[in-house]
Amino acid sequence: MISELFPAWRVKRIIRYVLLYAVAYGLTIIFALPFLWAVSSSLKPVNELFLWPPQLIPKTWRFENYVEIWHVAPLARFFVNTVFVTVFSVSGRILSAALVAYGFARFRFPFRNFLFLLLLSTLMLPYQVTIIPTFLLFKAFGWLDTYNPLIIPNWFGGGAFAIFLFRQFFLTIPKDLDEAAKIDGANTLWIFIRIILPLSKPVVITMIVIGFLESWNDFFGPLIYLNTPEKYTLSLGLANFQRVVSAGGQATEHLLMAASMVMTLPSILVFILLQRYYIQGVVISSGSK
Amino acid sequence: MIAPIKQRLGLSTPLTLSQREALQGFIYISPWIIGFLVFTVGPMIASAYLSLTDYNIVTPPRWAGLNNYEYMFGDRLFWKSIENTLYYTIIFVPIAIAGSLALAMLLNQQIAGRVALRTLYFLPSVTPVVAAAFLWLWIFQPQIGLMNSIISALGLGNGPLWLGHPGSSKPALIIISLWGALGGNTMLIFLAALQGIPKELYESADIDGAGGVGKFRYITVPSISPVILFNTVLGVIGALQMFTLAYVASSGRQQQFSPGGPLNSTLFYVLHLYNSAFDFWEMGYASALAWVFFVIVLAITGFQLWTSRRWVYYEGEDN
Repeated sequence: MISELFPAWRVKRIIRYVLLYAVAYGLTIIFALPFLWAVSSSLKPVNELFLWPPQLIPKTWRFENYVEIWHVAPLARFFVNTVFVTVFSVSGRILSAALVAYGFARFRFPFRNFLFLLLLSTLMLPYQVTIIPTFLLFKAFGWLDTYNPLIIPNWFGGGAFAIFLFRQFFLTIPKDLDEAAKIDGANTLWIFIRIILPLSKPVVITMIVIGFLESWNDFFGPLIYLNTPEKYTLSLGLANFQRVVSAGGQATEHLLMAASMVMTLPSILVFILLQRYYIQGVVISSGSK
Repeated sequence: MIAPIKQRLGLSTPLTLSQREALQGFIYISPWIIGFLVFTVGPMIASAYLSLTDYNIVTPPRWAGLNNYEYMFGDRLFWKSIENTLYYTIIFVPIAIAGSLALAMLLNQQIAGRVALRTLYFLPSVTPVVAAAFLWLWIFQPQIGLMNSIISALGLGNGPLWLGHPGSSKPALIIISLWGALGGNTMLIFLAALQGIPKELYESADIDGAGGVGKFRYITVPSISPVILFNTVLGVIGALQMFTLAYVASSGRQQQFSPGGPLNSTLFYVLHLYNSAFDFWEMGYASALAWVFFVIVLAITGFQLWTSRRWVYYEGEDN
C-alpha cells in the first residue's frame, strides 16, 4: 500500500526537494548571521556584551546606542562628507563615461579600435601600480587632505568599466534616430543630450548603483589622501572609531557594531531597490549576455 | 563649433566629412585620453623612474640605480608578503569560484523564493569592507566571540585565537573574504551563464541516460568555460590586491604597529607596499615594489590566459 503511494521515484524526488530547500534556505542563516549578531550586539548594554555563553537576544534592549554613536564620534560629519564625495564622484563618472562612450560608439576615427583595446586593458591594471606618482602629483597640486583626489579623477572618463558599459548600450540604440535628428539640423552634442542620454536611463541607473557602492565603500583613497579627522569619510572614520570614541576605557563594541550597521544600511538599501539594474550591468561586463 | 578651431589651426581647406567626424570623435573621447595620460601613462613612467631612486619625499630623489631591486631580494618582509599573498590567493580563489558556481546552480533550480534568496546571498558583498571587518573581528573575538562559543558548544574545545595568532589569522581572513564573495558578482555572472545554456543539450543528454555528474562534466562546464576563465582571472587579480580587510583587521586594535600582524602573518603584498610608501616614506623602494607587482600580475594573468586554450571552449569554434 505504502510502496504504491510512494514509489521509489517519488521518494527520491521528495528527498531531493527537501534537500534543495534545506540547503538553499539554510545558507541564508550563514550569510545573515554576522548581520544578526552585529544588530544584536549593537542593541545591548555594555555589561551584556561579554556574557558567556553569548546571547543572540539582548536581555535589555538598549536602542539608545543608536543615538549615542552620533554624540561620541562625529558620525554625522563623516556621513555628510561621504555623501559629498559620493555624489560628485558618481556624477562625474557617469557624465564623462557617457561622453567618451558616445565618441567610441558613434564616430569613426583613426586608431579607434586600438584605443578602445587600450582602454579595456586598463581594467587589468592594478591601481597600486600608479598610486605613488599619483599621490605625488596630487601633493604637487596641493590636493592632499582635500576631496579633490577622490573626486576629480572620476571626471576624466570614469574608468574603463563605465565606458565599456555605456558603449555596449549605445550600440543597441538604432542609428536611424541620430540620422533623423541630423537631417533636422541637430549637431552631435544635441543628439547626445536629447536622444542618446534619455534612452540610456537603465545604464545610467546601473552606473549610479555601481558607482555609489564603490565610492561609499572606498577605503584606500580616503586612507592615503585624508588626514584631518573632520574630513574623514565613513569608512575611514569607522576604521578609526575606537580611537575617536572617548569611552574612558570602557568597551565600545556595541557602539562599533551600531556604527557599522549605520554605514552598511545605505549600501544595502541602494542595492535592494535597484538590484535589477545592478545585475544587468555586472552580467553585461562579463560578456555572457 | 568646428569653424573657430579650423581658423586657429590655419586650415585653409575645409575639412571633409570624415575628417570632421574623426575630429568630433576625438573631442568626445578626449576626457579619457587626458585622464589616461595624466593618471595612468604618466604615473607608470614616473614610478619606473622613481623605482631607480632614493626618495623620502622631503629631499629630492637621488639616483640609486638598481639598489631598490637588489634590496628587495634581501628584504625578508618582501618574501613574507609574497608567501602570504600566494597562500591567500591559492586557497581563496578556488573555493570562491567553486562555491559561487555551486550557489549559482542552486539558484538555477526550480525553487520558491529564488529572487529573495539571490538578494540575501548577495548582501554580504555590498557590505563595506571596513564594516565587514569589524563584524567579523567581533565574531572572531577569542574569549567570548560567537565563533569560538559555537566551537566549544559543539564540544570541540577552545577555538583558536583567530586574528590574534599567526597560525589562524590568514584562515580567518579567508573565511571573511568568502562570506563577502560567495554570493557576489561571481555568482551573478555564473547564474546568467547557466541560464544561457540551451535546455536541449540537457534533454538530449537525458535521452542518452547521462547522470548528474556526467551532465555537469560534459555540458555545464564546457558551456560556461569562458565565464569560469573570466571569473578566475578577475578573482586572482582581486585576491593579489588584498588590502583593506587585512589592514583594518590587523590595525583595528593596536594602532601603534604597522598593519600586517600578528608577526607579519597578514602582511600581504599591497600592505607591504603601503607600509613602505605611506608609513616609512620610502617612495623609491615602494615604486620598485609597485613595478614588480605589475610584472607579477601580468605574468600570472598571461599564464592563465595561455593555459586556458586547453580547457576553455568557445561556441562556434572547432575544438
